[in-house]
Amino acid sequence: MADKDIDETSGIETTGHDWDGIKELNNPLPRWWLWCFYLTIIWGVGYSIAYPAWPMITGATSGLLGYSTRAEVAQEIARFEEQNAGLETALAEVDLTTLAENTELNRYAVAAGGAVFRAQCSQCHGSGAAGAVGYPNLLDDDWLWGGDIESIAYTIRHGIRNETDFDARWSEMPAFGDILERDEIDGVVQHVLALSGQDHDAEMATIGAGVFMDQCAACHGDGGEGIRDLGAPNLTDAIWLYGGDVAALTETVRNARFGIMPPWGERLGEADTNAVAAYVHQLGGGE
Amino acid sequence: MAFLDKHKMLERSPTLLLVGSFLVVTVGGIVEIAPLFYLENTIEKVEGMRPYSPLELTGRDIYIREGCYVCHSQMIRPMRDEVERYGHYSLAAESMYDHPHQWGSKRTGPDVARVGGRYSDTWHVDHLKDPQSVVPESIMPKYAFLADTVIDGEYVQDLVETHAFVGVPYTEEMIASAQADFTVQADPDGDWDALVERYPGAVVSNFDGQPELTEMDALVAYLQMLGTLVDFSTFTPDASR
Repeated sequence: MADKDIDETSGIETTGHDWDGIKELNNPLPRWWLWCFYLTIIWGVGYSIAYPAWPMITGATSGLLGYSTRAEVAQEIARFEEQNAGLETALAEVDLTTLAENTELNRYAVAAGGAVFRAQCSQCHGSGAAGAVGYPNLLDDDWLWGGDIESIAYTIRHGIRNETDFDARWSEMPAFGDILERDEIDGVVQHVLALSGQDHDAEMATIGAGVFMDQCAACHGDGGEGIRDLGAPNLTDAIWLYGGDVAALTETVRNARFGIMPPWGERLGEADTNAVAAYVHQLGGGE
Repeated sequence: MAFLDKHKMLERSPTLLLVGSFLVVTVGGIVEIAPLFYLENTIEKVEGMRPYSPLELTGRDIYIREGCYVCHSQMIRPMRDEVERYGHYSLAAESMYDHPHQWGSKRTGPDVARVGGRYSDTWHVDHLKDPQSVVPESIMPKYAFLADTVIDGEYVQDLVETHAFVGVPYTEEMIASAQADFTVQADPDGDWDALVERYPGAVVSNFDGQPELTEMDALVAYLQMLGTLVDFSTFTPDASR
């Protein structure tokens, strides 16, 4: 670097590189930038001493501050658990039938239940709990397995027709496609239309009524009003889980339906299960 | 600082520059990557992890093929809100048999690391066929064609063998019975005892409700086992992590 190349116009040293007569000025780096750069290096050294950083033989250095991601999340969870400890314990042990009388606990339960519902239940039952085809609407007063708060809690805790929980609610409608003749199925469908007050073929419905008494009444009741112990839906109202038109009803009678709900008791824990029950119960249809 | 003035030598010789850069990257690699292979606490020991069953592995391939990882992560971060919503934070051991892992980096949809068992098979099928039918506000595309694509596991043994080759502990027996296990997992009426013995916790079900074995069966089988293997009742987190 003996012979410095000075740019004539600016009087500043160049890098000495020459590209077709174009040269680059060799200005020093701005002081503030350089100092920031040195500062980051110093900061980096300090950081690696204070926080977990360097790999050693069996583990990494743990850092002077003793920071741990896992410890932090555990503390954070513990902090909230402690804050709500009284309410959570009360909620886990509460007699659900009297929950509504305990205003403070009830308010907490409904708010907590709503949060859990939106995170865990809304995928099937909808974010507004209005359900979808095959997934019950929880806003109305039509309940398959009971709409009092304890029945709702049981359903949430153990689920419906799942293989994982021994106490799950269980019933199974036979697929009548293998049992009944085609015209018998058509007749039953017309009878169900009649039961629910829809337009129907009176003659076919009369045939269907007999079949209904033989095959369907045991679960759905003589008048088709449903039996909750069996999860057998009421067929006389306008609320249909899988659809109430001829096509949907024929499909239901022929191939049956087998809606499954997973058990949530273990996943949610006692307090959250009760909270969701309280939330669902106050949506509008609770009994 | 006379030494630092010599950088012209490096800059003027491509070979020297290449060797120099390689040395720098090597140092970085030795410090940042190499320890992961010998440190004992990189992957902590947990109860319950097992290799994917052939049907689950096929479903995982479909998950990758369809780019599910572009919108769904499989990584519950250690933060309270994530733990509250998705369950226990993910452990390194839970993706130890993933080649490659499906952690993902973006959540347009929710995390699916623990989606297994949360919803019914029917819901998964309804949702994959037409997501908006169950979640109206969803922007997920429809994957109805999966239910129309029949698969027979012709190459599933090769798939299992390949994963064994890269280090997944599949036994000879697992490889030999790969195709049989593949078929029987979607057939609850079949003889699936041996399958469940080889792959504890494997869910046997006619996932899509159709008589044929389709890509839908495979994908739902995969989704229904995600995050269900580790027994967290026997897990104590290592505080130093």
